[in-house]
Amino acid sequence: MSGNKVLGLSGNEAVAYAIKQANVDVIAAYPITPQTIIVERLSEYVNNGELNAAFIPVESEHSAISTCVGASLTGARVFTATSSQGLALMHEILHIAASLRAPIVMAIANRALSAPINIHCDHSDIMNARDTGWIIMFAENVQEAYDLVLQAFKIAESHEVLLPVAVNLDGFILSHSLEGVNVLDDDEVSKFLPKRQPIYPVDFEKPVTYGPLALPDYFFEIKRQQAEAMEGAKPVIERVGIEYGKLSNREYKPIKAFGMEDAEVAVVALGSSVGTLRAVARRFRKKGRKIGVLGLTLFRPFPREELIKYLEGVKVLIILDRAISYGSSGGPLYLEIAGVLYRSGLRPIVLNVIYGLGGRDLRPSDVEAIYEEGFKCAERGRAERELLWVGVRE
Amino acid sequence: MSFIKTIKDIPKEEYLAPGHRLCAGCGAAIAIRLALKALRGPTVIVNATGCIEVATTIYPYTSWRVPWIHVAFENAAAVASGVAEAFKIMEKKYGVKRPDVIAIGGDGGTFDIGLQALSGALERGHKMLYICYDNEAYMNTGIQRSGATPRGAATTTSPAGRVIPGKLERKKDLIEIAVAHGVPYAATASIAYPVDYINKVRKALETEGPTVIHVLTPCVPGWRIDPSQTITIARLAVETLVFPVYEVENGKYRINVMVKKPKPLEEYLKLQGRFKHLLLPENKWLLDKLKEDVKWKWERLLKLSNL
Ligand SMILES: Cc1ncc(C[n+]2csc(CCOP(=O)(O)OP(=O)(O)O)c2C)c(N)n1
Repeated sequence: MSGNKVLGLSGNEAVAYAIKQANVDVIAAYPITPQTIIVERLSEYVNNGELNAAFIPVESEHSAISTCVGASLTGARVFTATSSQGLALMHEILHIAASLRAPIVMAIANRALSAPINIHCDHSDIMNARDTGWIIMFAENVQEAYDLVLQAFKIAESHEVLLPVAVNLDGFILSHSLEGVNVLDDDEVSKFLPKRQPIYPVDFEKPVTYGPLALPDYFFEIKRQQAEAMEGAKPVIERVGIEYGKLSNREYKPIKAFGMEDAEVAVVALGSSVGTLRAVARRFRKKGRKIGVLGLTLFRPFPREELIKYLEGVKVLIILDRAISYGSSGGPLYLEIAGVLYRSGLRPIVLNVIYGLGGRDLRPSDVEAIYEEGFKCAERGRAERELLWVGVRE
Repeated sequence: MSFIKTIKDIPKEEYLAPGHRLCAGCGAAIAIRLALKALRGPTVIVNATGCIEVATTIYPYTSWRVPWIHVAFENAAAVASGVAEAFKIMEKKYGVKRPDVIAIGGDGGTFDIGLQALSGALERGHKMLYICYDNEAYMNTGIQRSGATPRGAATTTSPAGRVIPGKLERKKDLIEIAVAHGVPYAATASIAYPVDYINKVRKALETEGPTVIHVLTPCVPGWRIDPSQTITIARLAVETLVFPVYEVENGKYRINVMVKKPKPLEEYLKLQGRFKHLLLPENKWLLDKLKEDVKWKWERLLKLSNL
């Protein structure tokens, strides 16, 4: 069990601290608000001799992720961090990193995509990258950001997985909030995360060709294997969450459930809003109102079976999206869950809430109104409107 | 091997295996095969998307007898940066053997879409060699103009039309761009002068820091030439001063193939379908501009080399 050391760290600092403890070999990154402090701290660690890593200050995010792919294929442990436009600029190589099975870990301080240019939180950056083949996790608070980054390496580098992992933390809300963070001792981390054991590192005796051309006779099989790898990551993610729990007393599961034993109305969300949802739900529960909260720590691979287990008996399901999927019937999380529900045969009333774009706050009063709407739907047995825009001037 | 004196000294080892799908007479294939003759030990190749990449690695086959990595079109220099730095730190931390790193890109992947990544890598100073094989157009996608296409050449996006007879703009100067970064070694090379070329690759590998070699590689379908003429045309490029062979070592210019009596430019142009229209009287104005480009560059080189 850990020494219970508590440090006052912002989300960015907590990520950087975890990276230092993970004994990363190569970091390639480019500054962008609100992620920048991660790479500033890491440069300090390297230049002060506290972290024995190559810090490569590349000239763009496209080169950051490209450099990471090259480094990762050699067998090194590799990290990068970005936000918003930076992630969008990486987009082409995100697909390639996953397809080449490069177990890179990336922290994303989530920020709105332009235009208008805006530095504040929403999930449009990561949702735009949700089908790139990366494992995608969301932190609810600074503690989780720290914990997830450590678990991310263990998951990514597992020979059963070999996929890159993105750990998301809400821009400013988490990246810049100071929190008391329980950190592990350095030697506990080294035991949890020993040196990476690459499966096909660059080898001069048996030279490997990485990234060849594949024509219609082989391409499809390679993609099928990649899909398989993503599904195969689920048990590993669960195992690592339990192992990490033993080490830290903080066990991780793909879904955090609150009040779901008897919930009539359930709400599901990603990131820091889950805390707000839970705080308001506690007040509702005190008044005997049966609300439940589901916070997804894991978004890719999507925890389908786990989610369905919680939804048995739920009358109204409210899905919160901090991003738009333009021209579709709802936000990205809504679309995801709608598909899961359809297959499961469960038919709760479903409300989709779009909120918080470009850093617009989700206030407890907004959440109360959302819950009231949920209970109204439960009473009526139907939804008046399925898509709600909350916190926006219409 | 260290440095060689004649073609008889060229090592017999082949690191680019036969059976690849490059065209008969492909200049780029010759350039890569020869470059690999200069290896001095464990080496990792990073290859940009382009003809060399697609034609040598059709899954499940590969022609590469050295570790080889392809990620995308515009990022070979960035990927190579990661490979070089990863091995450097792993040598320090874990005693892993540190190889040489060679990035290879076509002119499109180097002069145009990959220029930013190359500039970043040169500025950061990684120990790596970047070889640009220059066939003067995007050949893999079907002969479109690039920043390396010379003035007057016809490509599928600079066709010899009735109003606009081919590419009107001048060719970029890659070596000048590299030299502007203060790299310790940058050189042009020709597959018609293999001893000079192989020695340059070797010299670049022996140099600390980033190095650049720019090798001209005739393209059979792209230049519309006879496959038996690849080397002849590569040599004519040097003899007509279109492609001077020189090196810049720590800022010092040296012309490696001195041309005392240049041949007329037309001798080079007339063997190539892409320049056919330039020899028509109505396009003489464009031919004259190309001649000016060639003269300007050569005179500048003479000055820079203190000749
Ligand atoms: C981002 C991106 N844009 C465009 C392409 C399509 N593309 C593939 S190879 C190529 C041309 C390569 O030209 P060059 O670098 O000169 O090499 P060559 O084909 O002549 O060997 C292009 C345009 C691509 N693969 N990626």
